[in-house]
Amino acid sequence: MTAKSAERAARLLVIGLVAGLALAVFAGRWVVETRHGASLLHARIAEAGGWTPGDLSATVGKPLHLRLTSDDVMHGFAVGQTDWPAVDVLPGKATDVTLTFDRPGTYTFYCTRWCGLNHWRMRGTIEVRGPVEDRLQTAAELATTTPPSYVTLGLDIDAPHLAAVIPARKPSAARGANLGVTIPAAYLTQDYYRAHSPAKIWQALRVETRHGASLLTDDDVWDLVAFVWQSNTSPEALAEGRALYASNCAACHGETGAGDGVMAAALGQQSHAETGGDTKAPVAFTDATSMLGASPALLQGKIIRGGMGTGMPYWGPIFTEAQTWALVDYLWTFQFETEYAP
Amino acid sequence: MRYDLIRLPLLKPLLRSRWPQLLFQIIALGGFVLAILAGLVGTPVGNHNFSIVFVWIAWWALLMLIAVPLVGRGWCSICPIPVPGEWLQRGAVLKPSGRGPSAGSGRGLSWGRRWPNRLRNIWLQNGAFALVALFSAVVLTQPRVTGIMLAAFLFIAVGTSLIFERRAFCRYLCPVGGFIGLYSQLAPVEVRVKDPALCVAHTPKTCYLGSDDGYGCPWQVFPGRLMKNTYCGMCGECLRTCPYDNVTVNLRPFGADLQHPTGRRLDEAFKAFILLGSVLAYSAVMLGPWGALKSAAYAVGTAAWLGYALTFLSLIFGLLPGLFWIAVRAGQVFARSNTPTRQTFIAFAYALIPLGLAAWIAFSLAFVFANLSYLWPALSDPFGWGWNLFGTTSMAWTPYLTRVIPALQTLALLGGLMWASATVHQIAGEQSPSVGHASGLSQSLPVILFCLLVTLALLGLLVG
Repeated sequence: MTAKSAERAARLLVIGLVAGLALAVFAGRWVVETRHGASLLHARIAEAGGWTPGDLSATVGKPLHLRLTSDDVMHGFAVGQTDWPAVDVLPGKATDVTLTFDRPGTYTFYCTRWCGLNHWRMRGTIEVRGPVEDRLQTAAELATTTPPSYVTLGLDIDAPHLAAVIPARKPSAARGANLGVTIPAAYLTQDYYRAHSPAKIWQALRVETRHGASLLTDDDVWDLVAFVWQSNTSPEALAEGRALYASNCAACHGETGAGDGVMAAALGQQSHAETGGDTKAPVAFTDATSMLGASPALLQGKIIRGGMGTGMPYWGPIFTEAQTWALVDYLWTFQFETEYAP
Repeated sequence: MRYDLIRLPLLKPLLRSRWPQLLFQIIALGGFVLAILAGLVGTPVGNHNFSIVFVWIAWWALLMLIAVPLVGRGWCSICPIPVPGEWLQRGAVLKPSGRGPSAGSGRGLSWGRRWPNRLRNIWLQNGAFALVALFSAVVLTQPRVTGIMLAAFLFIAVGTSLIFERRAFCRYLCPVGGFIGLYSQLAPVEVRVKDPALCVAHTPKTCYLGSDDGYGCPWQVFPGRLMKNTYCGMCGECLRTCPYDNVTVNLRPFGADLQHPTGRRLDEAFKAFILLGSVLAYSAVMLGPWGALKSAAYAVGTAAWLGYALTFLSLIFGLLPGLFWIAVRAGQVFARSNTPTRQTFIAFAYALIPLGLAAWIAFSLAFVFANLSYLWPALSDPFGWGWNLFGTTSMAWTPYLTRVIPALQTLALLGGLMWASATVHQIAGEQSPSVGHASGLSQSLPVILFCLLVTLALLGLLVG
């Protein structure tokens, strides 16, 4: 081999290996994405940008392949208003998910792992195209067609709703059931239960029972209130509510509902700049005065709309209506004893 | 005591041929380009990004635990960073494009300027290392920063080659090169001439100026007067250009370069302090239990980081050399030595070379084997894009050799202390050859005490 041809061979080798390598990297990525048809979805804590891209699109009936990866800490991925299980999104690793939507609409995907103070801001949307008549209604759309209870009842969910009276002991549905008191059917209906706070129900039942069952103490009446609540829920609903609470609420409100979750201290101290809004220490569901003064409709409103100026996220696009009510039912377990141990 | 390795069959043709070296350089360059790309466009998660895992775990382990202790500047002979610039400078990848003795002076795109005389030392290299060290907490963990830094190295190396002659970047600027150069004095391998008299008589000086067979020394070293490994890049050009086969590769005792009392310089002495101080600081920041210190090192640009940077610079340029100066001066007082303190200070600083290398080995052992298993997923999925090229993407993190690492670290540190102490004693003898054994010992003791304190600090930080 002459010096000239050796030099030519060496140059070709260099160009082939180095430039080829660089080309192969991007070509490889393109080939993999084309073959799998998977879009790469990056998860980062909200302060670093959240989901990238934040808006996805899909077509009804056609699988949407997503390759999820976290660029920082562990996140989770779930799609609101669906029953697809959440998947973990691990730092530097890829997790493939395939979603097939059967209804058009705007779906919200969100992080299910407590990744930071602004975790709840980690949300994105999937616009699913398809026949208009099948369209899934967004929370906003639903609110105009079928307003939630707090709207129809005209509740001011930002105003304080405190109970004028509270029980001396934790009310028990079982004790209430064993009192031998027949509660008028009107008090047991779902509409009545959802529209009235336990304190209001207590006041009504106190009046109802004052003449016929004068032996009932105030705490006995609270046991009847607990029974009314239990009559309007089920073990299944409480189990679902418990699971929802554990994965979405406990980090702030605390596992025991005492408002002492791992994020609670930070929420009480963080500045506007850090959270993008005002925050307050989370509500304690163990506080009888505030909980027994709130109706299920009020709690539903707070959950789906969020607490403006408090740091409470809005869950309207995430939870289905049934999930929201299940969660509301579960919140009363911090006040009432039940046989439906979740 | 030397053994001529060129006598081994096949080694001579392998070293004289340009192809084996070129192939290694191209492979290294491929890995380097991949590391830059992965750093810039891959996942920001360090332990799943090829740039962090390959450069700061695999390459670092190879360099610190094998290459530097055993072959000194062997890495420099295949290092990809100066290679593109050198090719442009030469106008050739493999062979000199011209003929005759000027072949090594650059026929490509380079202006071929001489490196300024005032900068013909390693102070710039010292500064470059300190600069990189200030940002090391983010460099070592954030792929993008690593990618940018590697690309910057490449850019500066190419630029330097286009302006200056030969490998000015490697010789005067490369932060890693200074590190390797200092510790290469301990390696049991050297490139040396067999008969210096033959070099003096050989007026064409093809080893320095180049010939049809190869380029003049890229490292601007005249092999005939080579006394230590520090500035020999082991590129093999002199083996190719010497018409008398007077250049060879020797196997020699460890640390042979420290036996020479000549050629000791303040810039090299400070390199020893910088490296020793850096390994102390890194051990505290990266492996120590102080969260605030770690946070300060990561928070580049903040007041806390500025405090950390000032402390770090004070440690490597002020505190360590200051304490060492006090130890040297105390030794002189005890031994009633009249040798200028500056000269003694510089000479004794060379005893910190084995101590420093041992410290870096112990430090590297602490994290290399704990993190080496990240290599397997990173090879299969270098960018964190979900690839599985070799089926190893899902391999779980598994720390290796956890039970023996503390013992190995202790062994390395104590071995380094003993080696440093022996070197101190040898240098004390050189400094005052006429004084007796007792005087030599009293001059050595404060410096040995300094080495002992540093070793104890490292044992506390690394082994606990």
